[in-house]
Amino acid sequence: MTALDLTLREEVARPERRRAGRAAWLTVPVILGLIVFGGWLVIALTITLWSPYDPLATTGLPLLPPSAEHLLGTDALGRDVLSRTLYGVRASLPLCFAVIAGGVLIGSLLGTIAGFFGGWVDGVLMRLTDVVLAFPAILLAMVMTAALGPGLVHAGIAMVIVWWPIYARLLRAQILSVKEQAHVEAAVAAGVGRPRLLRIHILPLAITPTLVNATMDLGQVVLLAAGLSFIGLGANPPTPEWGLMINDGTIHFYQWWVALGPGLAILSLVLAFNFIGDGVRDLLDVRTPGRSA
Amino acid sequence: MSLAEAEAVSPPPSAPPAAGRRHRRGSGMLWYVIRRVAAMPLLLLGVVTLTFLITRLIPASPLTSILGPRALSDPAAVAAAKEHWGLDGPLIEQYWRYLVNLLHGDLGVSFVTKNNVATDLNVRLPATLELMTAAIIVAAIGGIGIGVIVATRQNKPIDHVGRLFALVGSSTPVFWSGLVLLLFFSTRWHVFPGPGRLDSRSFPPPHYTGFFVIDSLLAGDFSLCWEAIRHLMLPAFVLGWGVMGTVSRIVRASMLDVLNQDYIRTARAKGVREQTVLLKHALRNALLPALTIIGFSVAYLITGAVLVEQIFSWPGIGSYAVTAAESLDFPAIMGVTIVGGAAFLIASLATDLAYALADPQIRLS
Repeated sequence: MTALDLTLREEVARPERRRAGRAAWLTVPVILGLIVFGGWLVIALTITLWSPYDPLATTGLPLLPPSAEHLLGTDALGRDVLSRTLYGVRASLPLCFAVIAGGVLIGSLLGTIAGFFGGWVDGVLMRLTDVVLAFPAILLAMVMTAALGPGLVHAGIAMVIVWWPIYARLLRAQILSVKEQAHVEAAVAAGVGRPRLLRIHILPLAITPTLVNATMDLGQVVLLAAGLSFIGLGANPPTPEWGLMINDGTIHFYQWWVALGPGLAILSLVLAFNFIGDGVRDLLDVRTPGRSA
Repeated sequence: MSLAEAEAVSPPPSAPPAAGRRHRRGSGMLWYVIRRVAAMPLLLLGVVTLTFLITRLIPASPLTSILGPRALSDPAAVAAAKEHWGLDGPLIEQYWRYLVNLLHGDLGVSFVTKNNVATDLNVRLPATLELMTAAIIVAAIGGIGIGVIVATRQNKPIDHVGRLFALVGSSTPVFWSGLVLLLFFSTRWHVFPGPGRLDSRSFPPPHYTGFFVIDSLLAGDFSLCWEAIRHLMLPAFVLGWGVMGTVSRIVRASMLDVLNQDYIRTARAKGVREQTVLLKHALRNALLPALTIIGFSVAYLITGAVLVEQIFSWPGIGSYAVTAAESLDFPAIMGVTIVGGAAFLIASLATDLAYALADPQIRLS
């Protein structure tokens, strides 16, 4: 056993980095995540055409256990749990994309202003993000939804207010570091105007971490939205919404099927988002060779 | 919480941008601490102001829940209630009154419980802190354990199972996993007791710290202590499971990093036992990032605690906050936000400091 021997063994044991014909970021979990997410997307778009039952109508006796007729049983009002679960994605999916889009939009705008102009504008904006970030997310969202009144849209607004500072700070930090790079200096020396400098030379390089984070936050938004509905500050009954349905499940504790569908639905969607987020991080990683430009 | 992942793709928010002057370590550290501590009251003032504005500038009125529909149509009753609860006068005056009272330690009287908010919080804070402490212990032990096991068996089945288990923890809504675990482990199999901090027939131990586990020990009542621990297990697991994922991920990554380095090879070549290599050489390097991540997850723990307390009928700050938010109980909402904000600020300061102390590469600004 020599050092060489050990090195050789390590060489042999090292797994293949890249399999032929498949990008390195497209791992099994990422593919699974994309399939599950795609499935939910298809359900969201087409459920009105093939839903087993009307999610709002009483279609059986209350609290029936799962059977061939009602695959996930019925809830306290005799509504089909499976149909309600499938319809639930029409609340969660648009909401989480809207919240992330709103957060990224506001955060990027303010982060860009802060990072690009600096000075007192930067100071004021960053102190504002400090204050908002000092709130534990759920407390701020609770205060906001309580103030606006329960409802999915209000919960969405509250969550945008919770989320924008993270993106503002991320983008600001990136812009500050990109601003120092040689090519920006060169562009300034060449007389490139401010708007163009920002648009062509700074933003494309600075935005990546924000986008990666936004993808990874999708699952968190789904969880927080369901949480707010669960404590009665999100969707209003009788909306088929997962958090609200799990809340029903706590009331009808022994009828486990009432909360089973929505619980698995949240788990699968969040897991899918987390898998995809990992993939996007690998895909957009600025440190990956070949993407440094 | 995605904070952990955020750290992975970007420098922590508190870390300065790449360019900056080099401080002398000692004095820079001291200044940093002073500045951070000095900023805390200001941030808290910001939190108070923002909450105040949100609660007062809204269309809905708390009078609905205070007075009831009939009294609401009586102008005299409305005026009297407004005066009694400090809702009269211009906004700036209300704000000033609140701040002055706050500086005297008076958080006002809850619209719902009609108690002093400070008293309410005092009663409920230990319950939440005990739960969060237990959850952190669960997350640390579970996360580090899984991380080590998984790192030593890279790409074997147990690696995948362990990582999936951890990931499911951070992808499951705590209010559902809590429900499922209660149903099976408590109602069906009677392994764990039901919701609450103690059995319904037990009396709480005499109040020293408010932590039932510690108080019952101090009172010398070991069976009550065991009962409190058993009641803590399920909620603490549900809450800690979410953090376990991020912890085990970090531990695995940094262990794998270390295990491929030369000095580990040297240690193995010297004939050091594998166990010693793992625990003494590799794990030591993984502990710092693990502890940091736990510190950063306090925000997640607060969010989780609010929901877990609902499921497990835990009489803590979280369930208080939910009731307060539902009934527009302004003083209670403000009180909870101040306590939560302060807890969060202290935790992040402590984490940043520990991080900076332990890792000389971090420069402070």
